[in-house]
Amino acid sequence: MQKSLLLGVEAIAQGAIDAGMSGVYAYPGTPSTEITEYIQHSKIANERKIHSEWSANEKTAMETALGMSYAGKRTMVCMKHVGLNVAADCFMNAAITGANGGMIVTIADDPSMHSSQNEQDSRVYGKFAMIPILEPSNQQEAYDMTRFGFELSEAFGTPVMMRITTRLAHSRAGVEPVAEIAAENEMHLPEDKQQFVLLPGIARRRYKLLLSNQEKFEAASEDSQFNQYTEGSDKSLGVIACGLGYNYLMENYPNGDCPFPVLKVSQYPLPRKMMEKITSECDKVMVLEEGYPVVEELLKGYLGKEAVIGRLDGTLSRDGELTPDMVAKALGMEVEEGMAIPDLVAARPPALCVGCSHHDVYKALNEVIAEYGEGRVFSDIGCYTLGALPPYRAINTCVDMGASITMAKGAADAGLIPAVAMIGDSTFTHSGMTGLLDAINENSPITVIISDNESISMTGGQKSSAKGKLEAICEGLGVDPEHIKVFTSLPKKHEEVKDIIRKECDYQGVSVIIPRRICVQKNVRDQKIKKAMKAKAAAKA
Amino acid sequence: MKTDMVIAGVGGQGILSIAAALGSAALDNNLHMKQAETHGMSQRGGDVQSFMRISDKPIYSDLIPKGGADIILSVEPMEALRYLPYLKKGGYVVANSSPFINIPDYPNEDELVKTIEALPNYVLIDADKIAMEVTGSTRAFNFVMLGAASPFIDVPFEYLEEGIRKIFGKKGEDVVQMNIDALHAGRKFSEENK
Repeated sequence: MQKSLLLGVEAIAQGAIDAGMSGVYAYPGTPSTEITEYIQHSKIANERKIHSEWSANEKTAMETALGMSYAGKRTMVCMKHVGLNVAADCFMNAAITGANGGMIVTIADDPSMHSSQNEQDSRVYGKFAMIPILEPSNQQEAYDMTRFGFELSEAFGTPVMMRITTRLAHSRAGVEPVAEIAAENEMHLPEDKQQFVLLPGIARRRYKLLLSNQEKFEAASEDSQFNQYTEGSDKSLGVIACGLGYNYLMENYPNGDCPFPVLKVSQYPLPRKMMEKITSECDKVMVLEEGYPVVEELLKGYLGKEAVIGRLDGTLSRDGELTPDMVAKALGMEVEEGMAIPDLVAARPPALCVGCSHHDVYKALNEVIAEYGEGRVFSDIGCYTLGALPPYRAINTCVDMGASITMAKGAADAGLIPAVAMIGDSTFTHSGMTGLLDAINENSPITVIISDNESISMTGGQKSSAKGKLEAICEGLGVDPEHIKVFTSLPKKHEEVKDIIRKECDYQGVSVIIPRRICVQKNVRDQKIKKAMKAKAAAKA
Repeated sequence: MKTDMVIAGVGGQGILSIAAALGSAALDNNLHMKQAETHGMSQRGGDVQSFMRISDKPIYSDLIPKGGADIILSVEPMEALRYLPYLKKGGYVVANSSPFINIPDYPNEDELVKTIEALPNYVLIDADKIAMEVTGSTRAFNFVMLGAASPFIDVPFEYLEEGIRKIFGKKGEDVVQMNIDALHAGRKFSEENK
């Protein structure tokens, strides 16, 4: 088979298509976005009508995927690590209901926080839910494991987590696909008609089943082709290398001559026998894992009496992603770094694009806020979060999707009036609507700015669930139509916009201001697509 | 046969097309390759980099170790210097001399040039100007840069041409030729000025 050059995320997408998946559900989030985008653009996925539209948020995505699994078909739900917090309610309970059609929950973690608010490790969630976790170490494994994951899910009737991190997600390599693409599952309902009814009586029964399944999950890890024990002659140290940690270890032994016993872990729960072997035959064990010291902590024990080294004792950095040189140092090898960065190199932080509509909003907002005193703008997650940086320094919070509105309400409850929420269109429909309802029900004196650029821009201009619906949603939730202000955001309207913001800040109730102008990047892409379609039509004619 | 290269630039400058051409060439010739890149927030006008690794042996890490890069190819002069800790002793810095200024504290350009010229091995090239002279537009400046780095890349030069054909084939022969011309112009400059 001809190899294809695929990003780790694309390898997962292709693996899912080739494994007969019938639907992917997701909300965009770096570094997970391209899984769904790849499926949206795949010819075969389109021919098979594999579902790939974006969901409103990660929770709706997870629930919809579970519904597809209930109906017997293979499905994947994808999100970034913090998205799993949003979907956690369904995720934890899906471990209890179990799966019918194969279900893979693909979570892309972002250690070092390249594009995130934290670096939480989703393996902790997988362990919390007590389901099997797959953690590929390279693109080929990512592809192969996807099919394997569906089989595992169906064999044990459980959702399976696929955990990847930024480096694998966004690194390309040659991937050899399988020769034959699997057929999709026929629709078939669960044999046990009560399986998905988590009433306490049934849930207790299902939970006991999950507990008794743990042994089987462990046995599967023991037999897994993805967990490997390599013997070594020097038993002064054993290395447990999880996921990408294995690559950074082997990078330092280019001829494959690592003298220590090595346990490569890419499937959890941990393979107990192999773990016992490495800990008993080696004087000391080093754990290389991307993210939290999950395995290390487990081995070391609360009192730290076991001879285990890694992130907890400072052998490796406690935070941030692993690197080959960090691992080399941990192995006692000398690292000859290149030259230092000269002093004249200036930081080049990300910034709002030239011509972006958020500029106009922040210019007006800053001037009005100066009249009331600073520290009252609660913001959210999207390109507009860059308003925290110079030149604007316009926002005071960014915590989680939708928190701008509810934090503004809480601050207003505490007496900070006016309190302003600054949120984007897609973030609003993701998790802002319910918070707005809370504010409406108490007529809280907050001013919500939904800076509408008609796109999910930070992740590359995906279709926003909010498009064309914002005014109707706000009015439907109960915002007084007199206090819903919609206008096209343009620099020339500066004074006019300031007047609107000022008036709504003075209003002692809920106002929603919607400055609207399409994202400049999205606009360019849309025009390109239009032009290409026109050319295609002309070529046909 | 093994080359580790850091490709550097600013979000939106299109460094990924360089990596795509090289990656495609490597794959078609049965070489191993890995190429890690930046997506997401940093792409908004921030500094971005791609780690490109090609070898005839299996490659493990997606990241190039510090002190391990044979080449830093930067489509912007200041960004070339940001990755110096990754450069191997004896490695080459190939930098475009046209600055991309989107920050208020961008360094003095003369000092920047002096700093690059003080490096042991470098090629400083005005890729925008050469692209304009050779192809009539600056669009192909990325491939002038790849051409300029090509003498230090341990991959046959024809492979790079093949890579360009592969990734631009759909856009027509004119686009392919423009980028191949740019590639040759970059290589010629480098051969004469390295």
